[in-house]
Amino acid sequence: MKEFDYRRAHDVTGAVALLAADPDARFLGGGTNLVDLMKSGVERPALLVDVTELPLDRVESTADGGLRIGATVTNSDLAAHPEVRRRYPALTQAVLAGASGQLRNMATVGGNLLQRTRCGYFSDVSGPCNKRVPGSGCPAVTGEHHNHAVLGASDHCVAVHPSDMGVALTAFDAQVAYESLDGPGEMPLTDLYLPVGDTPHRETALPPGALITHITLPAAPVTANSRYRKVRERASYAFAIGSVAAALDIEDGRLRAARLALGAVASRPWRARAAEAVLTGAPATGATFAAAADAELAVARPLPDNGYKVTLMRNLMVSVLTELAEGDAR
Amino acid sequence: MAPVPSSTTSTITLNINGEKHHLSVDHRTTLLDALRERLDLTGTKKGCDQGQCGACTVLLGRRRAVACLTLAVAAEGREVTTIEGIADGDDLHPVQQAFLELDGYQCGYCTPGQICSAIAVIEEHAAGWPSAATDDVRPGPTPPPLTPDEIRERMSGNLCRCGAYVSIVQAVSRGAQAHAESRTAAAEEAAA
Repeated sequence: MKEFDYRRAHDVTGAVALLAADPDARFLGGGTNLVDLMKSGVERPALLVDVTELPLDRVESTADGGLRIGATVTNSDLAAHPEVRRRYPALTQAVLAGASGQLRNMATVGGNLLQRTRCGYFSDVSGPCNKRVPGSGCPAVTGEHHNHAVLGASDHCVAVHPSDMGVALTAFDAQVAYESLDGPGEMPLTDLYLPVGDTPHRETALPPGALITHITLPAAPVTANSRYRKVRERASYAFAIGSVAAALDIEDGRLRAARLALGAVASRPWRARAAEAVLTGAPATGATFAAAADAELAVARPLPDNGYKVTLMRNLMVSVLTELAEGDAR
Repeated sequence: MAPVPSSTTSTITLNINGEKHHLSVDHRTTLLDALRERLDLTGTKKGCDQGQCGACTVLLGRRRAVACLTLAVAAEGREVTTIEGIADGDDLHPVQQAFLELDGYQCGYCTPGQICSAIAVIEEHAAGWPSAATDDVRPGPTPPPLTPDEIRERMSGNLCRCGAYVSIVQAVSRGAQAHAESRTAAAEEAAA
């Protein structure tokens, strides 16, 4: 590991200023991804700015009935929060489906959103990777890609975003608030992650040196009837090979509102708007759910060894939506 | 001669098992390496060194964390408890006692991490935290029952290559019972 300086920030403005002073500086949250990447040489920061003591560790109700989640709230505290469990249960389920108890105690909300892909070629510094070394090539396209993207990828990168939490936040219309040298800013979480295109090394739309400070969830009654389901290669403590966050509001057998997002299928948590368009206003039936899943997956472009994901995601969407509809009818 | 402070080293104070330790560390030093290589606290084990196996689990405050992904410099100001600080003198912690009685190990390498993790699991459960094995995560009047499925899910960050999981689950269950009994006893004492 390369030697580095370490500073602890005590206020947001100071943290942003410290980071700006060094182009090779990184913010340090729980460190569960960054420290690991420093050990393998993928990340070689000259300065770590520890943000874990910033006053961003609260989950608060907003005036309109939503939630404002500080960026340094740990994954554990987010999942255990009574209002998250009551009003956004799929968010608790998503967080609890990720990592281990130890890592969730360490990892922060902001860090979770900015964690890097677990593509094996990205973490292997002995070989090429367009995300790690722009223009060096993507061995995954013709190599080991059984867990890679089927939606929104390009010939330059087929890596998936590994977050579970981000999938539920994406389904729930989360807004990301940040602070940069130019002051505060905000954007929808769906705009945070840039399209892959031919620049997979450019991952987010955050201004350079910006610090995520909060995530805001708008009030939406539909989210109370929500569910997150994750498929993985073992029962616990593994990244997803596919996941679904969904919420349904059903009245008299018709879908009044629907929220749907998919995980482990793209370079970002994938908001399934084509499926939502089919669901909204339609009867809450298996046929509707299948049509919605097919509409979303119509643009899927699987690789030779990950075509199973298209079938998996179709079945997963239908299954989760059916469970939600049955639960709501009870 | 005292080491010269530089921008890549710091002199820090670590609070471990209630004792303060002053040391100069290269910022690259993990809490795990500081414990084992600098402070001779070798009960905390190094398994994968990548946050995947849980052998290095310690408590930061009352919460479990992996020491291999915690930088020593970032642990300054935290209360660190390692396996060496779990027992009350010669009296084993109830979770240690349960692992011993139920043979919750084979080679023993993962055991310090398993025990530190289990102590925190029992507290998390008593505080009402749900897990990925909990059917309904909405807040309820009592915690979900600590079934074997719940224990397996909550302990999934601690691998045991000997495969002693059957007795580990039993030991965590017995440790949780002991914890509940001691809480009841404490509550009765307070009420009396």
